[in-house]
Amino acid sequence: MDWQALWLSVKLSSITVLVLIPLAILAGRTLAYRQFVGKSWVEALIMVPLVLPPTVIGYYLLVGLGSQSWLGQWIEQLFGQQLVFHFSGLVLASVIVNIPFAVQPIQRAFEAVPNDVRDAAACCGMSRLKILLKIELPMVWPGVLTALVLCFSHVLGEFGVVLMMGGNIAGETKTISIAIYDSVQAFDFKAAGIMSLVLLLFAVTALALTTSLSRRLGGQRGANHR
Amino acid sequence: MAQIIADLHCQIHNHKHIKLNADFRCKAGEVLAVVGPSGGGKTTLLRMIAGLNHPDIGQINFGAKPWFNSETRIALSPQQRHIGYMPQHFGLFPNLTALENVVAGLDHIPKAARIPRAKDWLERVNLHGLPDRLPAQLSGGQRQRVALARALAREPSVLLLDEPFSAVDRETRERLYLELARLKEQLLCPVIMVTHDLNEALLLADSMILISQGQMLQQGAPFDVLSRPRNEAVARQMGLRNIFDGEVVFQDDTKNLTWLKFGEQLIACDYGKNFTVGSRVRWAIPNQGIRFNSISNRRLCRSFNKLDVTIDTMLVMGESVRLICYVTGTQLQLNTEVSLHFAQKLALAKGMQTTVALKSEQIHILE
Repeated sequence: MDWQALWLSVKLSSITVLVLIPLAILAGRTLAYRQFVGKSWVEALIMVPLVLPPTVIGYYLLVGLGSQSWLGQWIEQLFGQQLVFHFSGLVLASVIVNIPFAVQPIQRAFEAVPNDVRDAAACCGMSRLKILLKIELPMVWPGVLTALVLCFSHVLGEFGVVLMMGGNIAGETKTISIAIYDSVQAFDFKAAGIMSLVLLLFAVTALALTTSLSRRLGGQRGANHR
Repeated sequence: MAQIIADLHCQIHNHKHIKLNADFRCKAGEVLAVVGPSGGGKTTLLRMIAGLNHPDIGQINFGAKPWFNSETRIALSPQQRHIGYMPQHFGLFPNLTALENVVAGLDHIPKAARIPRAKDWLERVNLHGLPDRLPAQLSGGQRQRVALARALAREPSVLLLDEPFSAVDRETRERLYLELARLKEQLLCPVIMVTHDLNEALLLADSMILISQGQMLQQGAPFDVLSRPRNEAVARQMGLRNIFDGEVVFQDDTKNLTWLKFGEQLIACDYGKNFTVGSRVRWAIPNQGIRFNSISNRRLCRSFNKLDVTIDTMLVMGESVRLICYVTGTQLQLNTEVSLHFAQKLALAKGMQTTVALKSEQIHILE
């Protein structure tokens, strides 16, 4: 069992959800309530990571942010550090790959908030921020939690994009999925089996939790429209 | 913050998405019913007054204060207008208790005063002992009262009610009519109530505007609009079914009567000075303008508008009987309604030939 890889994966998942969920709340709310030109294109773009192989996304990130690209050179000049083959690069890649997993459930949850409730809140004199914090977030929390669980577990099991963007540097970019791959390559099936079991148990638990929350969200939606 | 008392004046022209033209005034303390069929623009009008939508062109003024003006590009937000708004499905915050829902609308008074004020309003709408319940734990009528308390507790500049009784059962609705009628006496602000139910307007409103397909058809006291519809479209919206062709044959200035030829018969109605002899007109009479009792009691209506009819259909509907009669010798159909007791007393029956009187003061010539 590669504890260092497990810890790195947990750290990567935690930072990814911390960065992604607040952004997904803003994006999900905007997509749920606002009409603007090119909205369907934005929605399609958000969904792209669902259908594009992670290795393809990893390839574009590697090429786009590598030391040969102007963007990579600019970032290196600005921060004194490259994003590729570095933990911060993994965070960026994980955030991009997980956008649909975060935005979709939150957008659906915001769409389920009845217009009457939002109108009444505005007419009660509440500011937009107060409406979000006091009225909407307590109603959409199952969607937010679903997004959080999905993203966390997805990042934990991410392989292709991590390998392309970060390589396999122990303590820096070697996550548990890569450690499993490494163990199999080294014929250490016992370690690979234990680590796979940990991920399997986590995935089943996460899915059970997500299903239960979706049901709860569905129930709440019904209650709201009674 | 003291409640500001003023009239509301709306002049709205909207062409994009939803067509809507309206120009009306609602005085402080007056209940104005906006009546019309579904999809006619009633809710859109209410949302524009609330500041939730903005018209393409026009102005909305609360007293001297402009809330919206397309020329000067003023468009106050709902928060700035300080209104009381009760949406069709009440819009209660599901995660807050009844008391917290009312408190949520009290941003205009100091924090310490909010809970006592909210409790007071829940008492005033007869919600004793339920302040800690969530909306999901309340009945439809109770939810409606929480929403009403929340809107009223704000001491709003304008109170906006969107189909306030549509989501509750008939029994609750009857009870709530009484409560709103009682509360109405205490309201100082303009109240605008959207409804598709004409009876609600007749029961609760001081004045009404009729809206259909985005056009304001008529404004006035509910009974006047019902008895004096401006044109055939208004008459049909108001549910009048007795609308006929006629010809002006004589203008009697001395008796203040206009005589119309209806089929082969002459009938008298209130004097209409705008109509010349020989002109073709449409006229209407409400169900209650057609009387059986005058004939049976040998007391004639002042207009002498007697018509021989044959009863074609009798529909008993609870305590009343709806009658469809044909004017004898013609295909002209009269619709009327009498109480069940009265129909039994006169032994009215299908196929019976009888005489009815049309009350001249209820005959109205349409524009």
